[in-house]
Amino acid sequence: MKGRKLLIEQVNIPGIETFDVYRKNGGYRSVDKAIKTMSPDDVVEEVKKSGLRGRGGAGFPTGMKWSFLAKPEGVPRYLVCNADESEPGTFKDRYLMEYLPHLLIEGMITSSYALGCNLSFIYIRGEFMWILDILEKAIAEAYAQGYLGKNIIGSGYDLDLRVMPGGGAYICGEETALIESLEGERGNPRIKPPFPAVKGLWGCPTVVNNVESIAAVVPIVNDGGDAYAQIGIGRSTGTKLISASGNLARPGVYEIDLGLSVEEFIYGDDYCRGMANGKKLKACIPGGSSVPILPHYLVSKTAIGEDRLMTYESLADGGFSSGSMLGSGGFIVFDEDQCIVRNTWNFARFYSHESCGQCSPCREGTSWMEKVLYRLENGQGNLRDIDLLAEINKKIEGNTICPLGDAAAWPVAAAIHHFREEFEWHVTNKEESQTRNFGLSKEPVSA
Amino acid sequence: MIKVTIDNIEVEVEPGTTILNAARQIGGEVVPPAMCYYSKLPGTGGKCRTCLVEVAAGSTADPRPMPKLVASCSTNVMDGMIVKNKTSEKVHENRGGVVEFLLANHPLDCPVCDQAGECHLQDLSYEHGAQKSRFEEEKRTFDPIDIGHTIKLHMNRCILCYRCVHVANNLTENRVHGVLNRGEHAEISTYIENAIENDFSGNMIDVCPVGALTDKTFRFKSRVWFLKPMEAECSCTKCSGKAVLWMFGNEVYRVTARKDTYGEVEDIEGKPGWICNECRFEKKDTAKWNVTGPRVVDRHSVISQGKYETKIDSPTKNIE
Amino acid sequence: MKLHVDWNKRHAEKRELSPESLAKVNELMTHVPEGKHKSALIRVLHLAQIEFGWLSIETMDYVAELLKIQPIEVYEVATFYTMFHLDPVGKHVFEVCRTGPCMLVGSDDIIAHLENTLNIKVGETTQDGMFTLKTAECLGACGYGPMLQCRFKNHEFLTKEKVDELIEAYRSGQFES
Repeated sequence: MKGRKLLIEQVNIPGIETFDVYRKNGGYRSVDKAIKTMSPDDVVEEVKKSGLRGRGGAGFPTGMKWSFLAKPEGVPRYLVCNADESEPGTFKDRYLMEYLPHLLIEGMITSSYALGCNLSFIYIRGEFMWILDILEKAIAEAYAQGYLGKNIIGSGYDLDLRVMPGGGAYICGEETALIESLEGERGNPRIKPPFPAVKGLWGCPTVVNNVESIAAVVPIVNDGGDAYAQIGIGRSTGTKLISASGNLARPGVYEIDLGLSVEEFIYGDDYCRGMANGKKLKACIPGGSSVPILPHYLVSKTAIGEDRLMTYESLADGGFSSGSMLGSGGFIVFDEDQCIVRNTWNFARFYSHESCGQCSPCREGTSWMEKVLYRLENGQGNLRDIDLLAEINKKIEGNTICPLGDAAAWPVAAAIHHFREEFEWHVTNKEESQTRNFGLSKEPVSA
Repeated sequence: MIKVTIDNIEVEVEPGTTILNAARQIGGEVVPPAMCYYSKLPGTGGKCRTCLVEVAAGSTADPRPMPKLVASCSTNVMDGMIVKNKTSEKVHENRGGVVEFLLANHPLDCPVCDQAGECHLQDLSYEHGAQKSRFEEEKRTFDPIDIGHTIKLHMNRCILCYRCVHVANNLTENRVHGVLNRGEHAEISTYIENAIENDFSGNMIDVCPVGALTDKTFRFKSRVWFLKPMEAECSCTKCSGKAVLWMFGNEVYRVTARKDTYGEVEDIEGKPGWICNECRFEKKDTAKWNVTGPRVVDRHSVISQGKYETKIDSPTKNIE
Repeated sequence: MKLHVDWNKRHAEKRELSPESLAKVNELMTHVPEGKHKSALIRVLHLAQIEFGWLSIETMDYVAELLKIQPIEVYEVATFYTMFHLDPVGKHVFEVCRTGPCMLVGSDDIIAHLENTLNIKVGETTQDGMFTLKTAECLGACGYGPMLQCRFKNHEFLTKEKVDELIEAYRSGQFES
């Protein structure tokens, strides 16, 4: 079904950011249903049945994550919503929170009930301070209406919900760094194990979920996990918000059924409507800056010529040699005028800037890559620098405390893998590379 | 007790033991190097990544190998776990990578660094480093600063192990220094030039694996391998009073805590033998100590190479 | 690469937060379990920066007093997060996103245009103390770039003409910081 929207259907209703309008349009039904007719375990069961996978990027099944939460007697448990959205190319959570604050709050109440939490947090990136105000206003309304606080809708269940801001650090999107930040510390990721499900916020069992995952709990509880699982293909169930950016005719946030073809998403009238200014597509990063880049000939089709679909599996088809990942759904599109070397350097600078500096491979490796790429981009590189980058990559990948190291390494590795010719051209045509772009890469004959 | 095999050697350890500590129970070559972990300082470890090892089998119950190398200092052993350190090609390769990262911005100032001869990074690069650096960029530099009147901080040499921060957290009342900024700009600092003045701050020098924190009362006085380490005691009320005097003739050049094979302070009467600043900085006089005998130093160490007698004449002779 | 800090610039006369902000600080302390009030630190630093424009050493020491923690704990946190200005800034701080998706749609040109128009380099403040120009990593507006943020207000789909209008609007007091 085209254009189905489970999350952002109501976004254009005037006043939907207020409790009254949201409630009149069916809001808070999931709270009523869950608290009055279901046990917490029933809610967890529905989420498991839905097949919902974490929408923050890793794609780990949410229901399974919930069932890992330790429940020792007499120890509080916490649910923390990860609204630190900082992955370049991703701006869907902001859209949800800015326009539908009550959807997130409703999801938080239902999810907190399922997990048995009495104090939950929304950790929002500091740059979204105006959204923090929107959320706090909506939360105050929910308190006033008896959906938060003591004895929610007369059920005996108590829940406090608070919003906490970050201060500008991409790394705080990593769940243990987020917890550190929430405790008022530097956002240094923790060494795992122990995982947050056992020892998280203030040493207590904690679940950290992305905004979109929490919001998806609302339709899952309302319509049942089975109904949600029927949308999509295979293990990619439900709808997904895709943030489309770059050189597209109509960038923005789209809710799609998982399983939509990439071709349709880029060129379809309901979606991005093709490239801006009639340019040719050169490359695409389908899941946020951390995932491998795909050259034009691997965007709509996989290496074996099958249609590429917007699912966790299809986007990853071909592994790191000819695939990528759905990640957080940050869909970045490049036209023929863009320079891959410059873009790779730009992202390397991002990761170097955002490395917390705790562990040596990431601290030293990301800044080293940034410097080498800067030289390559500015016509001061050597051919051996390209191999050096690949080597640095290998030594970072898998050897760091948290996934930021991998996130920094993969895009560089993929860019060199698919666009080696363009990197080499920057070395062999130093002056020309400063004045014009390389253009489209040639499709390998074997592909 | 649970059984774990490290480099084909089996050992029985208490549940909850880390791979690194299990390896230390075996001792010798199977022990992974550790630059940030310090068993006497809770909270250290996991950061430098030099102690990465390969887990070839997770446990008897789940014998699958772990997909990535793991930090042995912060991974607990499981019954039936099989670990490869020296015997793993992957470990060898990646540890070399970590050493290259640690050396990337590290200055080549060993000839003028007081830590030379007892520097863990020197040992590590001797064992695992490449002959030549591939890092051709400009190194990041900081000005050396005084943090208190007895400690010098050379941030250029720091590998951000966080040990000194944990010394301040564990041994002193109010921490005044910490890690500031982030990423490649991260540095140990007091922010504004605050002095670190408390009775145990000198232990930061002993835990520093490199020459980032050095003893100002000893700086440039002598190379450590020209000195003779002697065990000595005094009746101190603040600390155990058990230390090592680094002597030339009858002169005390510096005082440090007693350190074990892994460079950590030895336990004295069941407690870590940290020494106080008075013992370290103000008792440079044999009259204040009861010298009990020579300190045994690992025979591979440059300190035990018998350079003690030849301090004065040999260097100039060689140059001529 | 050498980091130089002019410590004289980072000092300022100690000022106290307004009664409204102090009330907010007290309220924030009640949002977390007993003894976990350090959690409020980042929010309190934001409050202080909103009132004072930037975080001087004296302001950070004051925040440490408010939350009953050591000054170094505040310095550690304030230097970790990039939103906090540790040096004095102009009345309006323009933070232009420079990351990939914005670069694809022309953020480099916008930054250059701002540098030319304001006659300052990134990181500098205009002589009249009106504007500070900074760049920022991804501000979560990738589909609406190029963009800049000024005191939590986003200005999106920027063009050179829009930037000129924006500067005028801030200069004339149409937008407040």
